[in-house]
Amino acid sequence: MVHDHDFKGHLHGDNFQISLVSHSQITRLYSRFTSLDKGENGTLSREDFQRIPELAINPLGDRIINAFFPEGEDQVNFRGFMRTLAHFRPIEDNEKSKDVNGPEPLNSRSNKLHFAFRLYDLDKDDKISRDELLQVLRMMVGVNISDEQLGSIADRTIQEADQDGDSAISFTEFVKVLEKVDVEQKMSIRFLH
Amino acid sequence: MGFQVFVAFGPWNLLLLLVALECSEASSDLNESTNSTTRHEPNVQFAAASSEPDENIPVFVLDYDYVQIPYEVTLWILLASLAKIGFHLYRRLPGLMPESCLLIIVGALVGAIIFGTDHKSPPVMDSSIYFLYLLPPIVLESGYFMPTRPFFENIGSILWWAGLGALINAFGIGLSLYLICQIKAFGLSDVNLLQNLLFGSLISAVDPVAVLAVFEEARVNEPLYMMIFGEALLNDGISVVLYNILIAFTKMHKFEDIEPVDILAGCARFVIVGVGGVFFGIIFGFISAFITRFTQNISAIEPLIVFMFSYLSYLVAETLYLSGILAITACAVTMKKYVEENVSQTSYTTIKYFMKMLSSVSETLIFIFMGVSTVGKNHEWNWAFICFTLVFCQVWRAISVFALFYVSNQFRTSPFSIKDQCIIFYSGVRGAGSFSLAFLLPLSLFPRKKMFVTATLVVIYFTVFIQGITIGPLVRYLDVKKTNKKESINEELHIRLMDHLKAGIEDVCGQWSHYQVRDKFKKFDHRYLRKILIRKNLPKSSIVSLYKKLEMKQAIEMVETGILSSTAFSVPQLAQRIQGTKRLSPEDVESMRDLLTHNMYQVRQRTLSYNKYNLKPQTSEKQAKEILIRRQNTLRESMRKGHSLPWGEPAGAKNIRYLSFPYGHPQPASRHRRVAEFTDNDSSDSERPSIMFKEHSQRDLPQERYPTQEIIPMKSLYRGRKPTNFRYQRNTSQEEHVGQGRRAALRPKPLFRAVDEEYESGEESAEEASAIGPGWPPEHRPSREHHKSHSPLLRRK
Repeated sequence: MVHDHDFKGHLHGDNFQISLVSHSQITRLYSRFTSLDKGENGTLSREDFQRIPELAINPLGDRIINAFFPEGEDQVNFRGFMRTLAHFRPIEDNEKSKDVNGPEPLNSRSNKLHFAFRLYDLDKDDKISRDELLQVLRMMVGVNISDEQLGSIADRTIQEADQDGDSAISFTEFVKVLEKVDVEQKMSIRFLH
Repeated sequence: MGFQVFVAFGPWNLLLLLVALECSEASSDLNESTNSTTRHEPNVQFAAASSEPDENIPVFVLDYDYVQIPYEVTLWILLASLAKIGFHLYRRLPGLMPESCLLIIVGALVGAIIFGTDHKSPPVMDSSIYFLYLLPPIVLESGYFMPTRPFFENIGSILWWAGLGALINAFGIGLSLYLICQIKAFGLSDVNLLQNLLFGSLISAVDPVAVLAVFEEARVNEPLYMMIFGEALLNDGISVVLYNILIAFTKMHKFEDIEPVDILAGCARFVIVGVGGVFFGIIFGFISAFITRFTQNISAIEPLIVFMFSYLSYLVAETLYLSGILAITACAVTMKKYVEENVSQTSYTTIKYFMKMLSSVSETLIFIFMGVSTVGKNHEWNWAFICFTLVFCQVWRAISVFALFYVSNQFRTSPFSIKDQCIIFYSGVRGAGSFSLAFLLPLSLFPRKKMFVTATLVVIYFTVFIQGITIGPLVRYLDVKKTNKKESINEELHIRLMDHLKAGIEDVCGQWSHYQVRDKFKKFDHRYLRKILIRKNLPKSSIVSLYKKLEMKQAIEMVETGILSSTAFSVPQLAQRIQGTKRLSPEDVESMRDLLTHNMYQVRQRTLSYNKYNLKPQTSEKQAKEILIRRQNTLRESMRKGHSLPWGEPAGAKNIRYLSFPYGHPQPASRHRRVAEFTDNDSSDSERPSIMFKEHSQRDLPQERYPTQEIIPMKSLYRGRKPTNFRYQRNTSQEEHVGQGRRAALRPKPLFRAVDEEYESGEESAEEASAIGPGWPPEHRPSREHHKSHSPLLRRK
């Protein structure tokens, strides 16, 4: 395939750190990209993502799809696709030492957490408000919980995490709450078996 | 709680005993009476009337001999079913011991009764009945429910493990026992090598799937599942092939006459039998898939075709002395994919349930026989043989597991850990297969058959009870990595979110396969096979109709119970004002956390959930339904409201509504109304109904003419102006890749075939685009077609 070479070079050039994904992984992901791209115009739209049946029954399906699209756009090209996926690359040991020099890689712990944070925080004000939390809770929970209970769960969640008393969870608070959780492992995907 | 359940269990127990006693009473009473009449006339029915003419015509005659066999068989099956009901009533039991334990106990009970009442059990189990009637359903069921994608992904490892493992076990055990037999002190010197080898081959037939249910909750990873499945699938076939070959050897030659040529011939025969069986199975699979292409008008015979062709493949293979088991397995695996798409929904369900039923009947009968054999006088107990059999079974299984996996791990990209290997080793539970083969040993060739049967029984009892019961705790012990530290609510929530996120991204990335062969096969399959074997223009896309059914059900539920009524939304506004909310006590927090844990949706499991004895309505299905319906409703709601995203994006050209985005204040009443309207709108065209959602286009439609719920037959879909006219064809797109009727999203198992859609959707949309009508019909009012036709949708053939 000719294309992946182009992309790889492109990625190198743009210094997106996606170049650390191996060649075969890029090839594989590119073929996945093209198979999803029904319109064959080199970009994916939201409908293309919605055709994936497992995403349809993922409670957070739509938000995940939305995470692929940059602000206000409705098409994502392969570079954008890879950029999002790069967040999920496992953190290799030899990278940890390289950290000091260049920009922070996309798959650092902080960036991974930020990705998850953005699933909650739709209005991008760097805070998870009670409403935003409630929405996500509602999506993730079955029909057996009443709204009052959900509300009190949301309250409790904010109460636990909130340190500066603004009844919202900021990104720093979010990071603090999850400090004991192995985020690197939870948000990493091995791109090749 | 325990006591309550016990009380519930109690009555069933009593019922069982009652039934059993009744049966035995009846049989023993009638034995005497019928015995006398049979002496006079073979035709017992008219005996009373004709043999003793001087008697009056009896008003009431009992004729037990006539119905004896089916009567007792039915009673046994009923007894086992009642026992299963009792077993499942007590909720913790299925997690403690495998269901085979229960069946064995029932069998032993029946055996005890029969023995106790001195009743002659009907000779239901002999060689031809077993091989012709009892065995095929069991094998068919395991072949049919085999998930194909993981199977073929791991096929190298599976063949290596199952094939070589069976051989190593058989020959290992046989040879070791032969060596033991040589020791004069044990009194076994008349058991020659061939007999030992034969015994080895039959005792190595494992039934590991029986224990799967026990450690299901421990997250067993997919490759491990597949190894266990694959082994179960192929193991029976290989054992029977070996068994037959060795029996042939035993018949043809005395031991001293066997030459190396014969051994080579035996090996060659082994390969030919195996491969030939598979070949025939595949052919029959394709034929039956092809035939189901044409059965849309008489869908009642679809299950019949499936079963008859599978059975036929078995019989044809057996005629040619090929392996019928492998044939029927290959047939099931081949035809499943195409048949599933061709047959109607009800036929599909029928096939599944009927298969389970047949296989469970067979297995029950075999276990009952086992029970009858256990409680009896025809045993020969030889301490040495039996103990060493047990020992060697474990030893050789361990050797084969660790050696073979060590080798195959070198070639796998995801090697099996030691923990996995231990699980595989420990799941070597013997089952009905070994017993049947032992029972059917010809007495003429095996003078010490009783000893073999006894030894087999001991091994089965040991492995099923001891290994079956302890494998659960063992797996949980091996699996415990997480600490029991309680996590905070935050952690729970966010971790679950991340799990869902990870699963979603994995799904976006798609399935991975190394095998070029598999990719090539997929292309070939798509280009040629599917065209031949799948129906054209499937009139009803089952997923869509199922979906609509669900929606209607959901709508009705919502109207009745108001489950999703969100009146509480106004309350949180107030609560938010209250700073420093009430301090919750630790118990409250605890209960809240539990509430959250239990009610959050499970992450989509990639591992399979297979239960040999039951077709459980999958909880993940229920979850999937809820999610889909909620999405549908909220999407419809948001589109109806036409709210733009609250943070001020202009309601312009490219507004695409997404479900999980906030849409302002929902009004439950109007939603219900809207849903009810939706149901009214169900069009009469059951042909590929699809739900079209059109959001604000550039033409800036006024709100009232907003055709949110419109059902338009596929044919008149117009996909013009693709780039700008963002038609939200969610259901359509679902249809595209499901266009061949795959029940993808709502059935957990086919979910693992996501790769298929790559090829299908492309072609489908191309076809569709070319089949467009002349123009996009102007906005239809929802009231245009009131066909009040719930029935066409609910009415499946």
